[in-house]
Amino acid sequence: MSQSSSPRLRGENLTLAYDQRVVSRGLEVAVPDRSFTVIVGPNACGKSTLLRALSRMIRPAAGSVYLDGKLIHSYPSKEVARRLGLLPQTSVAPDGITVADLVARGRYPHQRFLRQWSRTDERVVAEAMAATRVDDLADRLVDELSGGQRQRVWLAMVLAQQTPLLLLDEPTTFLDIAHQLDMLDLCADLHHERGHTLVAVLHDLNHACRYATHLIAMKDGAVVAQGDPHEIVTADLVAEVFGLPCRVIPDPETGTPLVVPSDRRRRSGRWAEARQAG
Amino acid sequence: MTAAPLRSVRLGPVAFRLRPRVLAVCLALGSLVAAALAVCLVVGDYPVPLPAALAALTGRGERLDVFFVREVRLPRALTAALVGAALGMAGAVFQSLSRNPLGSPDIIGFTAGASTGAVLTILVFGGGMLPTALGAMLGGVGTAVLVYLLALRRGVQGYRLVLVGIGISAMLGAVTHYLITRAELTDALTAQVWLVGTLNAREWSHVAAVGAGSAVLFPVLLRLGARLRLMEMGDDTARALGVSPQRTQTLALVAASALTGVAIAVSRPIAFVALAAPQLARRLTRADGTTLVASALMGAALLLCSDLVALRLLAPVQLPVGVVTTVVGGTYLVWLLYAEWRSGRA
Repeated sequence: MSQSSSPRLRGENLTLAYDQRVVSRGLEVAVPDRSFTVIVGPNACGKSTLLRALSRMIRPAAGSVYLDGKLIHSYPSKEVARRLGLLPQTSVAPDGITVADLVARGRYPHQRFLRQWSRTDERVVAEAMAATRVDDLADRLVDELSGGQRQRVWLAMVLAQQTPLLLLDEPTTFLDIAHQLDMLDLCADLHHERGHTLVAVLHDLNHACRYATHLIAMKDGAVVAQGDPHEIVTADLVAEVFGLPCRVIPDPETGTPLVVPSDRRRRSGRWAEARQAG
Repeated sequence: MTAAPLRSVRLGPVAFRLRPRVLAVCLALGSLVAAALAVCLVVGDYPVPLPAALAALTGRGERLDVFFVREVRLPRALTAALVGAALGMAGAVFQSLSRNPLGSPDIIGFTAGASTGAVLTILVFGGGMLPTALGAMLGGVGTAVLVYLLALRRGVQGYRLVLVGIGISAMLGAVTHYLITRAELTDALTAQVWLVGTLNAREWSHVAAVGAGSAVLFPVLLRLGARLRLMEMGDDTARALGVSPQRTQTLALVAASALTGVAIAVSRPIAFVALAAPQLARRLTRADGTTLVASALMGAALLLCSDLVALRLLAPVQLPVGVVTTVVGGTYLVWLLYAEWRSGRA
């Protein structure tokens, strides 16, 4: 891990706003190269807004996002799309599109006037579908798939962009627990085996602790802590960020920090009643 | 190993993806257009047999044959094909931008605006073909811009565009009819014909006008096709893939408006071709997004066939083709609305 030179993706002194409403002020964020960075925080803390700024979906009101040492907005849009892929929170699958056709759309930034579809495109799309295990579904319609399958198809489309950086905006929302872990395992594989730098916004703090190599905790638009989850996740931090009294113990499965919320019923005596009733 | 639909086809420096079904539909529609063109040359109150008609195209054969084929029927048929293609392609672009099958120029106020513009020009500045055509174009484009701006709020949303368009159309319709009732009888008659599209008495000058517009605007829109298809997945997804939504939207809107304007200036507002052609093309090709070429071919085929009906149904009386397309298109619109409601999207 070479972190001596400046990381490929970073935000400097960012002020982020929608219309006139300022969400964040003076953010300093660096995404360590080859990390699996996860952004956590309570609802409306500005974590998705930060991700949108890092992926040039919104222009910062002040400050700058740098990609490979240059302002991200100074690149042609297609050039950014060859370096940085984004899975947005919501995408609309066109009516009647097949899995293969949708994944193939990820090749757009690599297409040129005469070379609309090359052997390389063909190969990369097949690999992307294999990596996300949707190759068996290639000829199926996206509308017919389950939520978990559909999310893997969208991820395959982003992978087909062949970008070293992958940004994922709440990739596990709307999935059941098994499919959430499935998705995160997939992300971890991409990180470990293919060497992608990943940035994901996640809701579940325990998932974040288990999978992240670098954690960014946000509250009210500000970064409260960032670093290795082992080092920064403490009961104090969780209380500060989420307002949740808890204990932090080592995850029996992985040894990563596991956040166990305190049982707030115990003090009022309702806990015993609940146990008896159950 | 590679799934068949992804296979790359190479021809010299060109590499592309073959979509057999789209190609087959385009070839079939192209043949239909060619056949309809041939029929247009042959039928009429003065029938010319096909071999004689083809000879007449090159200027050989009887003088009357040559006159009817080269000076009357061919320009009319070519105008129909080009106007149909222009409306089909422009309609596909508008529907793609509004992400709504109802988002065609007919519905979003363009057509009504063109009528109002033309009628206003005739009544205020007095007829003249060129000023009237310009008035129609200005009216159409102006209305499209107005509707677009009224519907604009953090990007354009399909249904807002359609609803604003329907409202503006209704208001403009009232203005047009008011203008006509206030006009002198002769002016009113001149103005009245601008309410319904027609291909009667189209000449080579019309072909030249719509041909020149198409030659410039077809390539512009075809280049935007891939970007339009990506934008159908949402602005974020499109931007993430390297498309600039704002720029694409503006460029496509200007080019499609200009194309519709040219078509209306040449043939007056022909209703429903722009609404129906792209949807029919998409259903036939089963494509995963806007198909500009198939939409254009479908528009050409629809308008040529409608014009044949308009020409021969009550012969020797010639109906304006707009009447035919309205009857056919109205039926289609009812069906479309019904299907949309059933699928719970409207």
